[in-house]
Amino acid sequence: MARTLLDKVWEAHTVRTLLSGQTQLLIGLHLIHEVTTPQAFQMLKDAKLKVRMPERTFGTLDHIIPTTDQTRPYADPLAEEMAEHMIRNTKEFGLPLFDMATGKQGIVHVIGPELGLTQPGMTIACGDSHTATHGAVGAIAFGIGTTQVRDVLATQCLSMAKPKLRQVRVDGTLAKGVYAKDVILWIINVLGVKGGVGYAYEYAGDVIDRMTMEERLTVCNMSIEGGARFGYVNPDQTTFDYLRGRPYAPQGAAFDKAVTWWKSVATESGAKFDDVARIDGSAIEPVVTWGINPGMSVGVTQRIPTVESASEPERPTYREALAHMGFEAGQPIKGAKIDVAFVGSCTNGRLSDLRAAAEVAKKGKVAKHVRALIVPGSQQVAKAAEAEGLHEIFKAAGFEWRKAGCSMCLGMNADQLVGREMSASSSNRNFIGRQGSPTGRTLLMSPAMVAAAAINGAVADVRDILK
Amino acid sequence: MSTTDYKRKQIAGRGIPVTGNDIDTDRIIPARFLKEVTFESMGQHAFEDARKANPEHPFNQPAYQGASVLVVGQNFGCGSSREHAPQALMRWGIRAIVGGSFGEIFFGNSVMLGIPCLTVPQADLEWLQKQIERNPKELVSVDVEKQEVRLGDRVIKASMPDGPRNQLVQGTWDSTAVLLEAGDKIEATAKKLPYVVGF
Repeated sequence: MARTLLDKVWEAHTVRTLLSGQTQLLIGLHLIHEVTTPQAFQMLKDAKLKVRMPERTFGTLDHIIPTTDQTRPYADPLAEEMAEHMIRNTKEFGLPLFDMATGKQGIVHVIGPELGLTQPGMTIACGDSHTATHGAVGAIAFGIGTTQVRDVLATQCLSMAKPKLRQVRVDGTLAKGVYAKDVILWIINVLGVKGGVGYAYEYAGDVIDRMTMEERLTVCNMSIEGGARFGYVNPDQTTFDYLRGRPYAPQGAAFDKAVTWWKSVATESGAKFDDVARIDGSAIEPVVTWGINPGMSVGVTQRIPTVESASEPERPTYREALAHMGFEAGQPIKGAKIDVAFVGSCTNGRLSDLRAAAEVAKKGKVAKHVRALIVPGSQQVAKAAEAEGLHEIFKAAGFEWRKAGCSMCLGMNADQLVGREMSASSSNRNFIGRQGSPTGRTLLMSPAMVAAAAINGAVADVRDILK
Repeated sequence: MSTTDYKRKQIAGRGIPVTGNDIDTDRIIPARFLKEVTFESMGQHAFEDARKANPEHPFNQPAYQGASVLVVGQNFGCGSSREHAPQALMRWGIRAIVGGSFGEIFFGNSVMLGIPCLTVPQADLEWLQKQIERNPKELVSVDVEKQEVRLGDRVIKASMPDGPRNQLVQGTWDSTAVLLEAGDKIEATAKKLPYVVGF
């Protein structure tokens, strides 16, 4: 019987079936950052346990680090304490840490693929829900909690239930001005924020096949926003070309052998899925969220829906969303005034994202009332962008050019919304309070759309600017 | 270590309803309160912003102080993988959660803390929430083994997937020891993977 990538990777990593009926699953790559690990290391110390396979865990600093002055000690003593714990713990347990001095620091989901740590056929876990990002190369990658981080450190394993598999096919051709971000936001709009609960998503179809690796990373990144704990794309030539030459990827003859194995883990033709969803890629326009979860979105030419258009159980959330956002049902999303523009995050903080934003930034100046930040996803992304002069384009247009980190995606550092500020953001969550202010408001969109909103001072259709 | 104390077959306590769907983990505990290297203070930050914005929030109401069975809507705990969310609820006093559906990482994190999350149909959860509001003193009984929620005379059929339910009932949810029992099988599995041994 034809098998899926999920079947094959799951089986290859199964240590045994537990008494509970769950799988003891071996984790091939464990990524850690400073926010969800200090308690796990403490648990390890309390239980007098060692790290089982220290060569399979890699750390970085991303969530709390400032994006302006990164001189230690950090201005925020709590951030300094978290960084200090991370440095001390990784040293004590003998784990590599990509800190600032390495030149490889950045958001954990940006640096994994960038360094070639992330490879097809792996199981990858990290104490962060956006770990699904790594599925773009054909890996089974998912977010875990801190106690599970302890388990991976101590045993290199997790107790897991194999999910069902839904193939999400996006066929057709994307229009100009429509990006990977629009594709995933639209998938979540159609399938719902809890549509993926109990499922993993296999992204496929013409549109996904034609995507670059960075675009696929953006799509897989937001799987959890659609309720799916992980999502992946089958490895293909795009994957192999992307990985070739990366520092932690196999080198020389080993690379060709690796490609043979990577090809062997892909879903076989004729494999059965528990469900198949079809999305017409040609019909997608630039998408903007209007509400308080990533499924509450419309095409940029559309109007904010009415409460009555939602199903009965969803109506209270719609009412709450309209009240929080200060929007009227039926109002066009285009023209909604913004105060802050943010390009960055593990969703859209890669070089291609910065290029797309810069292409728009060239066309104008940031509106006077808008505070606009560009935060590269990693030190290497920053370096590559600077080599192309993107930072100069941004600065000339009135954007701030910052250092790498998670920044305003979740507001754990100083990059936060203030009061009811409205943010046009290339990040992944528009939850109430997400960007650091309990009353702050977030409109999710692609990096190019964020740049367009920054220049216009309000939500704009990037296609009008790119004409 | 004996698993006796870890068995979570039945949990009974007063209920507390938090209505609404898609309540995400940022709402349960905003990111700015995660800047701690321990979980100790998380309990005091449970729903902090929501409680400040709404004095009537159930977590603020005297009637619900001491409650231990949380009854929620659909897709509760969606979003971030932060274990700080179930840690905050647990440290506030929650021992079991009944809802329409749960975000998967939140569900898994709760099980890792020995907190069962059972799903019930929409009509039943609405009834439970209203009944608890009417009489917050009444005991809600969550039977993990039988997959039932009892309140007054009513017995509501609930469900929880076999794997995590077995972990709770058997007392094996604190999984490090269980995983370590695999011994050399862990390394044996790793040695069969070409990316571990080298291509």
